[in-house]
This record gives sequence, structure tokens and C-alpha cells, in this order.
Amino acid sequence: MNPWRTLWHYNRGKVLAAAALVVFVVWAYTRDPQIVEAVLASSLRLSIPLILGALCGLIGERSGVINIGIEGQMLLAAFVAFLVNVYTGNLLLATLSGMLVGAVLGFFLAFMSVTLRIDQIIGGTVINMLAFGLTGYFYQVGLVTKGKFAPIPIPGLADIPILGAMFFRNPPLTYLTLLLIFVVQFWLFYTPWGLRTRAVGEHPRAADTVGIDVYKMRYLNVTLAGSLAGLAGAYLTLEAVGSFERAMTNGQGFVALAVMIFGRWNPILAWGAALLFGFATALQTQLQFMNAAQIPASLLWLKQIPHQFIGMLPYLLTIIVLAGVGGRTRPPAAVGQPYVKE
Amino acid sequence: MSEFVLEVRGITKRFPGVLANDHVHFDLRPGEVHALLGENGAGKSTLMNIIYGLYQPDEGEIRVAGQPVHIRGPHDAIRLGIGMVHQHFMLIPVFTVAENLILGAEVTRGPMLDLERARQVVRHLSEEYGLQVDPDARVEDLPVGVQQRVEILKALYREARILILDEPTAVLTPQEVEDLFHIMHNLKARGVGIIFITHKLKEVLAVADRITVMRRGKVVGTTVPAETDERGLAAMMVGREVVLEVEKGPAHPGEVVLEVRDLRVEEHGVPVVDGVSLQVRAGEILGLAGVQGNGQTELAEALTGLRRPQQGTLVLNGEEMPFEDARVLIEHGLAHIPEDRQKHGLVMPFSVADNMVLCTYYKPPFARGLQRQPQAILENAERLIEQFDVRTSGPLAPVATLSGGNQQKVIVAREFSRPVRFLLANQPTRGLDVGSIEYIHKRIIEMRDQGVGVLLISAELDEILSLADRIAVMYEGKIVAEVDAVEADKTTLGIWMAGGQAQGAGHGTTRSAGAAAS
Repeated sequence: MNPWRTLWHYNRGKVLAAAALVVFVVWAYTRDPQIVEAVLASSLRLSIPLILGALCGLIGERSGVINIGIEGQMLLAAFVAFLVNVYTGNLLLATLSGMLVGAVLGFFLAFMSVTLRIDQIIGGTVINMLAFGLTGYFYQVGLVTKGKFAPIPIPGLADIPILGAMFFRNPPLTYLTLLLIFVVQFWLFYTPWGLRTRAVGEHPRAADTVGIDVYKMRYLNVTLAGSLAGLAGAYLTLEAVGSFERAMTNGQGFVALAVMIFGRWNPILAWGAALLFGFATALQTQLQFMNAAQIPASLLWLKQIPHQFIGMLPYLLTIIVLAGVGGRTRPPAAVGQPYVKE
Repeated sequence: MSEFVLEVRGITKRFPGVLANDHVHFDLRPGEVHALLGENGAGKSTLMNIIYGLYQPDEGEIRVAGQPVHIRGPHDAIRLGIGMVHQHFMLIPVFTVAENLILGAEVTRGPMLDLERARQVVRHLSEEYGLQVDPDARVEDLPVGVQQRVEILKALYREARILILDEPTAVLTPQEVEDLFHIMHNLKARGVGIIFITHKLKEVLAVADRITVMRRGKVVGTTVPAETDERGLAAMMVGREVVLEVEKGPAHPGEVVLEVRDLRVEEHGVPVVDGVSLQVRAGEILGLAGVQGNGQTELAEALTGLRRPQQGTLVLNGEEMPFEDARVLIEHGLAHIPEDRQKHGLVMPFSVADNMVLCTYYKPPFARGLQRQPQAILENAERLIEQFDVRTSGPLAPVATLSGGNQQKVIVAREFSRPVRFLLANQPTRGLDVGSIEYIHKRIIEMRDQGVGVLLISAELDEILSLADRIAVMYEGKIVAEVDAVEADKTTLGIWMAGGQAQGAGHGTTRSAGAAAS
């Protein structure tokens, strides 16, 4: 079945809510274009690690492997990318190192899950602890980087109102991420590899009987997905912040799992969810810093709510989604179960 | 050019402790249905798994179209034109028919899946072989019979000339079985050779061109339907004369061991057992006939301490019993062979020995105070394994490693090895092979002759007619008829089972007043 039709069928409520949000944004833009553009750009920036983490998670889960080590992958990749940047100044090399670290940790997770058949939650925890330990131990205060990725405006497109500021004045890794979302969507639903991946996550024995190598698929998918988490880590130090701090991922690896579930293991929907989470955080921050005079009277009540509550909203929504309100959320049927070839 | 599309010579396969295939010879001609018959554990599935590449043989050779081949995995088998339809379907429930069909052998246009071409392939094959399926239907939405057609199409898509059907009728309704035979006929006409694995004697005689019987890993013989019958085949399968109709002497009923009065069980406010009253005497078998789903399950649960009825009285050996207390019932002489042996009769990961003391583990000699006595438990298991001829690698083997028939024997051994006044046997031979069925029937008759009162609940009318002394029919939660077995015939029973009125309705208290009007 056409995945776009499936999307609409199972997500009518969300699509309508998203449309309402768009209307709101356009209206707000007419009142104060600068703030709206700032909030939107900020939403996109905040959503990048989330969507990359969610893509990493969903590629693994679609193959049947649970990855809760995304946080660790991001953190260690961020650290290594930072170090490479400090010692070589080569941003491209630093990015690739980050992705490599993510892939290596992904391979480690695959090894634990597929070959050793360890409980996958424990495997992910091992990766997190490893990353926290290594980064905490080796981090030295005072290292200085030579720079970070700068925004590259796309001529013409960058001047479109609202969307221009949000999408077309971004640094390279952001563009890469946006591209990757569509690449993963295409790959998962329109290619033979994607079909086999999904089969392996739903009914590995059936896939086995038609000659698909379940072990190989899981190893490859989890390792490659790891490089996406690595990219997220690289993004944090090389594009977003420009330096490293202990525990700088700050739970985003776990939020990425919520984004994945909220997006029903579908890359495009997960992107929508990531933007929503990013938007809530950006809005929350913006409201904190605006004083009452800048806010139109009809929205003053927003300032009354403690700003943290607005930040809470995406997490509340995830809980609601997980509880099954508004339709069943169904992960791949064989996820989390080690496969044993007879 | 060989006359055979598949030949298998001298195939031997050993597993730890078991010789699964012992120098097996088997061959298949194009356009024939060759049935492979045998009890559970005879080696049929092992042989098929070897042909399909899921196992490697220790010795022997396989030839396809006269050429010797080496099959290392399903990939090789598929390439050689061997297709397998498994007993438990190997389909991805959330995928469509077209997606399931092409999985592993995808049609592509550049890097992309070409689902439109896949759909065309499905329609083309559907028409050619007469297997109607909608390419865009999700497999999980399809009825079982149609899912099976998808499995067959999968094999045909990969150009199978040899089709292995593993127990295909186990999950089909009688109508769907007819449809399957029709499809097999079409396939035969196109030169596809079919290996039909089953343990159902009637089907084999109806549809096979040749029949090969396996027993304990060896081929016992090959014959054709014209030269044999059910008794002959059963004898080959089990190795001795099998009595398909059990021998029993007349019953000598004694006092009432079980009495049920006005039992009423409700599910969501609807009565599923509606005012049932029964009596079972010592030394007799009361057979409760009826199509599954008319309250038999709930009745059994109420009588064995698993469910509290809304209303009713239960009297065992003259003493009134509480409901929902299985232990009290067991201690007063109740034995139970449950409907679902894996869910309610056994603890699957536990050993055979532990399963054999599930009802008595807390009493001496299996326990002294708080302490378990493992030695006593082991000795008990060894004794029972011998006495009841349970085929297992040992008393410590997990009961999950036993075949269905042997699992049932473990339950029977457990229930029959303690003092018993009343036995409730619920579908005791479901899913079992001919040899095991014969064994269980014999033991139940033995129990009856030793003075136990037996309530036999079964959906197999043949079983009821062959074992019961008295027969009651259950329909929509009520007992609609009760007759002596000698006076019962299949047709009348069939009418009662379907809720109709028939002559000779009931002796003693009639409960069919108004209830049997359909």
C-alpha cells in the first residue's frame, strides 16, 4: 500500500492539527515577522539531533533491534568530532569521524544483540555507560576549536517569507539531514533492501525461508543507522554549539526515541514530530525572554503558563500516543526478540 | 531424461539421541501427488527440511531431474524449483499479497521496487493456476484458506516444479480442503509434482497417486490407494494392527460420582452454560457431544475449579464442592485432561519429571515438610515413563521437546497415577496421530473398567460413538438430548448438535423443552 495513503489514513487527527498550527504561524508572522522567523529557525535547529536520532532508532527497530544507546552514540561521536576539530581544524574530517564512531558503536550493539543475543535494552545501556564514562574521563577543560560550520544561504530560496528563513539559510549538516530524511523514507518503502528490512523486523523466520540473511541485515542496518546518530553528535559540536561539554547531549538521544514512536516508525512523520518537539522548546525559550508588551493581547494568557509547561507538551503528547489514544501504535512485530536460526 | 523430477537416496540425518532419517529413499514424478504419511516424530518434516535446504543430511544424495545436487539453503532449493508451503505460514502479516510474493526475489525498476509489475504477476499466476487472490490485500486480513493460496503462489512465482505441502489441511475448514484438492488437481495438470505430508488417512486415500509411509526414521513402504485402506495404512504407520474402533465391554455403572445441578455460567451477561444438570456414575463414560463453542469449554472450567459459575451446585462423591478451588477437587479424586495441553496441562519449560508431579508435589513422598524430594520425583517419573511408554530423551528433558502425543501421555500418566474417582477428558486426542489416539482411548476405557466415572467432551463424533456408554448433546449452553449409546446414530446426533429437533429426544428428564427450536 502506498505509504502516503497509509500516513493519511492512520494520522488524520495529527495532519489536521499540523494544518491548524501552520495557520497559527502564518497569522503570527503578520504580527511580528522577526520573532516568528527566529522561533521557526530555532525549531529546525533543535529538531536536527532529534530527527537523526529517530532515524537511527527506526532503522534499527524496523529490522527488529531496539536501540536505546542513541544517547551514548551521539555523545561519544560529539566528543570525537570535537577532538578531531581541535587537532586538525578539518570540519569534514571531524564530521566523518563522528559518523564513524556512531557506526562502530552501532556495530557493537549489533554484535551484542544478534550474535550474543543479550537483552537489547541492556546492550543499549552498556553503550550509554561506555560513552558517558569515556567522555567524562578524557575530557579536558580548555580545548579550543578553530571554528564551526557556517550557514549557507541558498540564493533565491532564502528570501521566501517564513520558509526561507527556516529552511534555506542553514549550515551544511542541516541540509544533509533534511536530505537524509527523504533518502531514508525512499530507501525503507521503495527499495528491495527496505522491503527485506521490514520483513526481518516483522517475521524473521519467514524472511529466512525465502533466503534472506537475517543476521547480515540486522548487522548492516544497525551499524549504518549508528552513523546517523554519529552525525547527530557531530552536528552538536560542529554546527550547533561549536564546543563540547560533559553530557552535552542532555537526553536528546532518549527524546529521539519518543520522536520515533510518535512518528510511528516512519521517517517523514518522525520529522514532523521532531519539528513539533523543537517548536515547543523554541517557543518556551522565546516566551521566557519576551516581555508582556511584545505579546499581542489575545496571546497574553500564554505568558501566564509557567514556561516549563509548554516545554512539557511534546512529552505529554508522546505519553498519550503510547497509551494508544487516537489509534494503535504498533512497532514492528519481532522487535526486541533475538533471532535464532534453526 | 529421468522419469523422476526429484529423487532422494540413502538420506540419513542424526540429531543428538535420535536417528531422524535412516537411509530414506523417496522419489517424485512430475504431475503426481505423492503423499508422505507418518506419525509425529516419524521423520517426515526432517526429510522435507533436508530437501528444502534447512538441514544438511549426514549421508545420502538428492537428484533433481536426474542431476545430483547439493542444497545448502532455501536459496538453492528455490533455484532448483523446489517450493515449500509450511504448516505455519511464512508470510509477513502486515505486507500485501504482492509484497509477500516478491520478498527475496524482488522485481525492480532501477533501484526501486516495481509493485505494479508485482501486481501483474500475481494476477497472471492467479488466472493461470486458478488461485484467486487480490494482490493488494494485506495478508493479515485474509482468511486462512486464502493465505495458503498466497503461500502456494509464492512457490509458483519462483517457478517451482516440486511443491511440498506440509500438513496443509490442519488449519482448513472442510470447504477449504475441497478447494485445496481442486488446486492440487490444477497443479498436477501442469506437470507440478506435489509432496503431500499429512497424518490424515482419509485425505491421503482421496487425493494421492502414491503413498509412502515412514516410521521411526525409516521408510516402511510405498503403495497406491487402490491397494490399501485406512486400516492398512494405520498398521504401516504404527507397526502393528491398529484398532481404529476401540474394543470395550459393557459398562457396569455404580453410584453417582459426579452430579451437577443447574449450572449457569455467564460471559459479559450472556449465559454460555444455561442451566445444565448432569450425572456421571462410576464405571461409565458419559460422552458430551457438540460443535465447539456451545459452552463445553466453560462447563469444563467450572467443573475443574477454573471458573466460578453464576449459579449451580457441584457434588463429587456425594460431597458438595466449592467452585474455583482445583486443589480441593483434585484431593477428592478429580482428574482432568485439559483441552489445551500446552496452556493448561503442562508447564512447558519444566522437565517431564516436574510435570508429572504437578498435582502432588506438595505431599509425601515428593515433599517432606518444606523440602522437595528430587530423588522421589525422578524415580516416579522413570516409572511412569516406562509404564505409559512416553518417548523422551529422559525424565529431565523439558516437556516442550516432546511431540504432542507424548505430551498428552505425560498428562495422562500424571492424572492416572493417583487415586481417581472422576475423570474429565476434554478433547483428549486433538492433534494426535493414530497411534497416540489408540493409546489414549485404551487408557480411558481401562479407567472406566476400574470404576472411574468419565465425562468425555469431544467435537469428534466418531470418538464419542466409539467410547461413550451414554451420550448427551450440548447446544447453545444447554443439554438438548441424552441417550444411551446403543440407541444413538450419527445422523440424529448431528441434528441435535445443530440445534434441530429429532425423534427420540432424551431419556429421563428432558431438557430440550423449547431450547432446541432453531
